[in-house]
Amino acid sequence: MNHVPGSSGGVPTAGGQEIGVSLQPQKIVRGLTRATLLKDLRLEWRSKDAINSMLFFSLLVVVVFSFSFDPSAEESRQIAGGLIWVAFLFASVVALNQTWARELRNQVLDAYRVSPAPANSLFMAKTLGNFVFVSVLEALMTPLFIAFYRLRPLGPAWQLLLVAALGTWALVVNGTFFAAMSIRTRSREIMLPLLLFPISIPAILAMVQATTSILNGEGARFWIVLLVTYDLVFTTSCLLLFENVLNAE
Amino acid sequence: MTDNVPVITVTNLIKQFGRFAALRGVTAEFPGGKLYAILGDNGAGKTTLLRTLAGLNHPSSGQVTILGRTRFRDVCHQVGYMAHPSLLYDEMSGVENLAYFAQLYGIGDSGRCDEAIRAVGLDPTLTRPVGQYSQGMRQRMSLARALLNDPRILLLDEPFSNVDLHSAADMVRLLAGLRNRGKTIFVVTHQASLLEAAADEFIWMEFGRIVARTRDFKFPETTA
Amino acid sequence: MKRVFPILAILTAILLWYAMSIALNPEIHIGGITLNGAPTEQTMGNVQRIFYYHVPSAWIAFILFFINFFASIYYLIRRSQAADIVALVCAEVGVVFCTVVLITGPIWARPVWGIWWTWDMRLTSTLVLWLIYMSYLFLRRFSSSGQTPLMAAVLAVFGALCVPFVYFSIWFFRTQHPQPVMGGGGSIDPRMLHVLLLNWLAFSCFAFLVCWWRYRLEVLQREVDRAHAMRSLMDEPNQLRSAR
Repeated sequence: MNHVPGSSGGVPTAGGQEIGVSLQPQKIVRGLTRATLLKDLRLEWRSKDAINSMLFFSLLVVVVFSFSFDPSAEESRQIAGGLIWVAFLFASVVALNQTWARELRNQVLDAYRVSPAPANSLFMAKTLGNFVFVSVLEALMTPLFIAFYRLRPLGPAWQLLLVAALGTWALVVNGTFFAAMSIRTRSREIMLPLLLFPISIPAILAMVQATTSILNGEGARFWIVLLVTYDLVFTTSCLLLFENVLNAE
Repeated sequence: MTDNVPVITVTNLIKQFGRFAALRGVTAEFPGGKLYAILGDNGAGKTTLLRTLAGLNHPSSGQVTILGRTRFRDVCHQVGYMAHPSLLYDEMSGVENLAYFAQLYGIGDSGRCDEAIRAVGLDPTLTRPVGQYSQGMRQRMSLARALLNDPRILLLDEPFSNVDLHSAADMVRLLAGLRNRGKTIFVVTHQASLLEAAADEFIWMEFGRIVARTRDFKFPETTA
Repeated sequence: MKRVFPILAILTAILLWYAMSIALNPEIHIGGITLNGAPTEQTMGNVQRIFYYHVPSAWIAFILFFINFFASIYYLIRRSQAADIVALVCAEVGVVFCTVVLITGPIWARPVWGIWWTWDMRLTSTLVLWLIYMSYLFLRRFSSSGQTPLMAAVLAVFGALCVPFVYFSIWFFRTQHPQPVMGGGGSIDPRMLHVLLLNWLAFSCFAFLVCWWRYRLEVLQREVDRAHAMRSLMDEPNQLRSAR
């Protein structure tokens, strides 16, 4: 991290500061992303309310699904791909809606906007934080699903992890972005899913089909490639356009 | 950096929110090294003006020049901003908050954080989360955050609001000291009497315009 | 502009009437002349004639969304008010045409295949586009007025980027789960093609006129808003200021 000279007496010159900030932008972005992510994780860990309630919510979702769709082992493999991702979708929306809650509480976002910090580090940190958060929820729900539905993947199980990671990233990267957009709207909580779901349809289709194929022992190569492309395209778009969204009034 | 060089110049600044005009053409020059108190009723446009100077509001028309630059982003490391909300995380302690915000400014030196906290009269070793502070302590910590990057210009919006008199007087003393060291400070406040002795100039706003600028805390009777 | 519009409107009305007539009838008689319309389809019968609205509406919706995409990008680069209005207009009219596709689709599918819906390429991708642009319109309505054009432009870019993914995912899904195909997969009878293209032209003219009209309306609306804003800017508040 750069050391800013002139702490008590003199004032740092404009030239000196600019050089300090612009010489190593990559390092600043990475360092700041990590710092923000760690801060968020630490805060989540301290006030465990949010994560506890979300874990319990995930459990509820799985139980409700099991009551609503109570199939035998064979049929369950056909629809499990869809079911589990719908459950993950619900859990993600609940998690995504509180992405910016802490920043809004004391107008901390203003402090960000006024500082030289690049908007992208904030976005990446929030997205990574959400990714971790939603992955924890998925890690809880998956064994329950497997237990309730007596699932046994006929295809390569490691591909399921890959699909889960890619799919979660697709939801979380757009979700964090649209959560920031929703801040500037009325009916904040409903705007997020309203904006997120239509854009996510190809990704959701891919996640569900990939999961179903793998559970049935078929290949999911096309869907995985689609998800990778989707993730790349939308992560890039989010990074390019986030500054506009952050600095909207 | 002489006293007569304007550090902020505002030219015909207009800000409209839909049909409501918060700023109706503000034109002014603000020489450096002074403490300015911005006064006016609610809705006069004080906060809008300050937020526009801080780059948080985009003007509908007109221009703001800070330290010779028209883009706030170019000078953001030389400006400190503080508002009535604390702009701090309630769940972290003062030092943790400042350590984090220091990184936003590229400051890796933790001594700087302790220094800023001590400068506002608080104890850096306090581990209580900021959410449990009294309002006076919270505002002081917020000011410490604004001072982290040792800015040339300070923009403070209602810093003394709901603050006990003792803390407020301390803050005024601190601001006067900063002004004496060459900083330019803008304070929007309803409690102008607190700044009666310390302020160099009083800026009176009404209905989105600056209607008077006085050296004394006394509104001139003969203004049109 | 004021004179051109009614003339174009009349011409478009005539074109539309003609296009619809030949779409709906195998033969039309004007005066003493008999003109050939679209022949009746062998297997589906007269229901198939919906094809002449269903397909052009889909094309027009896609073209309008395309224009919306470019207008949004232009807005992001240049912050042009006109581009923002074009984007808004194209989205609104595009959604209307999408709705036509989504309604005529089931009306066609039900008598012919006995089902209300099919995950056919055109129908499904239209549905997803309809959803995306409805969310766009919702965003425009719900966002705080200062930043609406910017937010909407950003969302439009996202929506447009999503389109190729929609196509590929549905295409592959259909190869895995074959579905009935609506509206002539193979070659098309030249007489039908002629009617189809004519209808497409007529509907395009109609869409253009509607967009133009809506554009004018929006420009006027913004002028009114601007006038109000200017007036509130100029207004001297007439309360007396009490002595301080």
